[in-house]
Amino acid sequence: MKTFPLSLLKPTTMPEVQEAVLYAAPGIGDTTRVRPVAGRSKTALHHAGDGVVVDLAGLTGITEYQADECTFTALAGTPVAEIERRLAEHGQSLPFEPPLAGRGATIGGTVASGLNGPGRYHHGGVRDFLIGAKFVDGEGRLIRGGGKVVKNAAGFYLHHLLLGSLGRLAIFVELTFKVFPTPRAERTLRVACASLGDALAALDRVRRSTTDPDAVELTPEGAVIVRIAGAADAIDARAEGLAAILGHDRATVVEPPASLSPVDAAAWWTGSRDFAWVSGPLAKVAVTPSRIHALDAALARAGASRRYGAGGEVAWVGWPGAWAELDALLLEHGLSGVALIGPAPADPMLGVRPDDAFLSRVRQTIDPRGTFRG
Amino acid sequence: MGPSDLLPALARVLPPARIVTAAAGLAAFESDGLTTFKARPRAVVLPETGDEVVAVVRLCAAAGVPFVARGSGTSLSGGAVPHVDGIVIALNRLTRILEIDPVDRIAVVEPGVINLDVSAAAIPLGLYYAPDPSSQAICTIGGNVAFNSGGAHCFRHGMTLNHVLGLKVVLADGTLATLGGRSLDPVGPDLVGGFVGSEGRFGIALEITLRLLPRPAGFRTVLAAYRSLAAAGDAVSRIVRSGLLPGAMEIMDHLAIQAAEAAVHAGYPLDAAAVLLVELEGEAADIDAQFVDLEALIRASGAYNVRIAQNAAERLAMWKGRKSAFSAVGRLSPDFIVQDGVVPRSRLGEALVGIEAIGRTHGIRIANVFHAGDGNLHPLILFDGRIAGAHDRAEACAAEILRLCIALGGSITGEHGVGLEKRDFLAEQYGEEDIACMKRLQRMMDPADIANPGKVFAPVTQAAAAKHLAAHAAATKRVPS
Repeated sequence: MKTFPLSLLKPTTMPEVQEAVLYAAPGIGDTTRVRPVAGRSKTALHHAGDGVVVDLAGLTGITEYQADECTFTALAGTPVAEIERRLAEHGQSLPFEPPLAGRGATIGGTVASGLNGPGRYHHGGVRDFLIGAKFVDGEGRLIRGGGKVVKNAAGFYLHHLLLGSLGRLAIFVELTFKVFPTPRAERTLRVACASLGDALAALDRVRRSTTDPDAVELTPEGAVIVRIAGAADAIDARAEGLAAILGHDRATVVEPPASLSPVDAAAWWTGSRDFAWVSGPLAKVAVTPSRIHALDAALARAGASRRYGAGGEVAWVGWPGAWAELDALLLEHGLSGVALIGPAPADPMLGVRPDDAFLSRVRQTIDPRGTFRG
Repeated sequence: MGPSDLLPALARVLPPARIVTAAAGLAAFESDGLTTFKARPRAVVLPETGDEVVAVVRLCAAAGVPFVARGSGTSLSGGAVPHVDGIVIALNRLTRILEIDPVDRIAVVEPGVINLDVSAAAIPLGLYYAPDPSSQAICTIGGNVAFNSGGAHCFRHGMTLNHVLGLKVVLADGTLATLGGRSLDPVGPDLVGGFVGSEGRFGIALEITLRLLPRPAGFRTVLAAYRSLAAAGDAVSRIVRSGLLPGAMEIMDHLAIQAAEAAVHAGYPLDAAAVLLVELEGEAADIDAQFVDLEALIRASGAYNVRIAQNAAERLAMWKGRKSAFSAVGRLSPDFIVQDGVVPRSRLGEALVGIEAIGRTHGIRIANVFHAGDGNLHPLILFDGRIAGAHDRAEACAAEILRLCIALGGSITGEHGVGLEKRDFLAEQYGEEDIACMKRLQRMMDPADIANPGKVFAPVTQAAAAKHLAAHAAATKRVPS
């Protein structure tokens, strides 16, 4: 039986990741677990248990980027911020605005945690922009799912099965994305409504309108923040139309719709992506607009801070208590969540867990001996 | 329970009128949109509810009889061709739209619902379902999910996968599973993304939760004519580089234009070597501003004739020409094969030159219709099946085109799937470990290999299957508790 000289392995190449997995896989190396980490921006996902931590921060670099093609390939440990800088030189961006980029998030961690930022609402999420990936499975095999072209219906989408799996099925080592041109102009409007209920009504008007905003967020106090983006010549006219929709129900408006200054707008969206408004533990909860009202009341009673993103499709929760309490609250509401920042529980999933009927077969395929199991 | 016990067992769960075994009734199900493959199933069953589908699947599993789920049979890769020892589960009667929620912008539908019917139900609420395969007036959502169907608007809106939020499925052994949910921003592994595009090899989707979008406020649609195919392709590169994000960018070559014009009189210029159809969508102010740039780009790219749709009727006519292209090509030739390869956008020109050369070498006419924004080619290889050897030559030509796409760094299929047609090429696009993992996944979902067997991968022989199961049992034993 092998023993481990180190509990922390730092591979810098794909074969070294394979070696690290084989070194630790139960029944091959030792009976222990492997935990991939990189940027350490999502601390609640880093429960090490009895496992070997594989730090992918050294597996870094953009290996292919052709701006004409609107695709790039990067190694898993590449910081999102580095990728965004490179794309910006060519007027392109990752439209889903990966969260925590300002706090060290890597592209591999973004995919493994399946997280989306404000741009999710209009353009799509990480699942819509990831077009292929290489990963190391629980047996140390290097496997590719998808490819490097934007459209590909050949074979099964192995990379999708791992997206959002929190490093509990495999280690991503290389990711290929499609990207979009960054809009030439943008404008952010804010309206303050009297209550969350009034804000949800404003949100519903926006979601059903043809104004086509690319990001929409809500605060529990009743503010709705909307960003529109597109051709520079059209922004003023579109902002006017949006303001009319946001402020339509005057009786419920406390502060009428107004454009934020570019500095304030940038601060809002960067703060959103990096969760500057939360100081303690943070969780993500998947919701839909119709579920927000009841959830918010329960979260308020528990003393949680919160914001709603992606046009009311996600709740970000600053949780003051133990994870087990939030787990119970979400179960009661029939919702699913995941702990992201804060103390690392053995199982970071919260509330309703994914149905195991299909997932267990995926696990038996990709990680049959439980190398990555929680 | 053995294979011969299946039909009597089916008769206990379905009325006789919904079990077809007569040759005349079976004939309609022998092939799909790719008519070169034909097989007569033992029976076709017509369930009307999800529960009946589950009961049928469980009986097939118990009897060890293969089944092929089928919607409207529009597959262009042989994906819905029956298995000679199996039955077809026709899902055309599962046509209920279970829910449309305008607040959460969701539709929950059964697999037999026609693609266009989802939008028809959502439009009164100001919403629509974005994926628009050319066959959208007849193809079903169940088939779209199984093959991750595309369409003309993938450049901006993505494929079917990007619009499916949740699934209720029955796996091949009769196990029920729920994947995903209703939120756009879910937690947990993207199991929905792993099921979509699995070509019926894992099981059957019984309920599908779809994302609806607000209908675009407006469109600006332009049809530009070019003296060369390369110039049209170059225009697409310019548009992508410029930062514009059109809803669709489609190219048709001279031969395809002739066919479409003869069929639907869309008003395409007959003397053009190629036409480029570009559509902007969104708020009027935004698309008007973008259109100024688009028009300048198109004029600078050497278009000799630029037509702008002046109203909804003209826009629809432009799209009709494009969407009818496949069937219209039938006027030029008694038979044709549609290919679906993808190449990196920047290598479209190379690919088109290569395809032309392949056609010339084989003495075969090839019409080209393609989703230029995605690099997704649809070469239509024309042949006359009555001439000895013509079909073989067309297939040889198709094989060379697929290999060209792989060599250029692309894919053998963008939206039609592997099916029966391209299964021998999958291993050229992926590595050994990749294919092995896909096969392990398929066997895990369908240990008896009865769900749409033979599609994506060639069937496993009995001897090889036994060896696989033994090896798996040995590996499982070693796993610590």
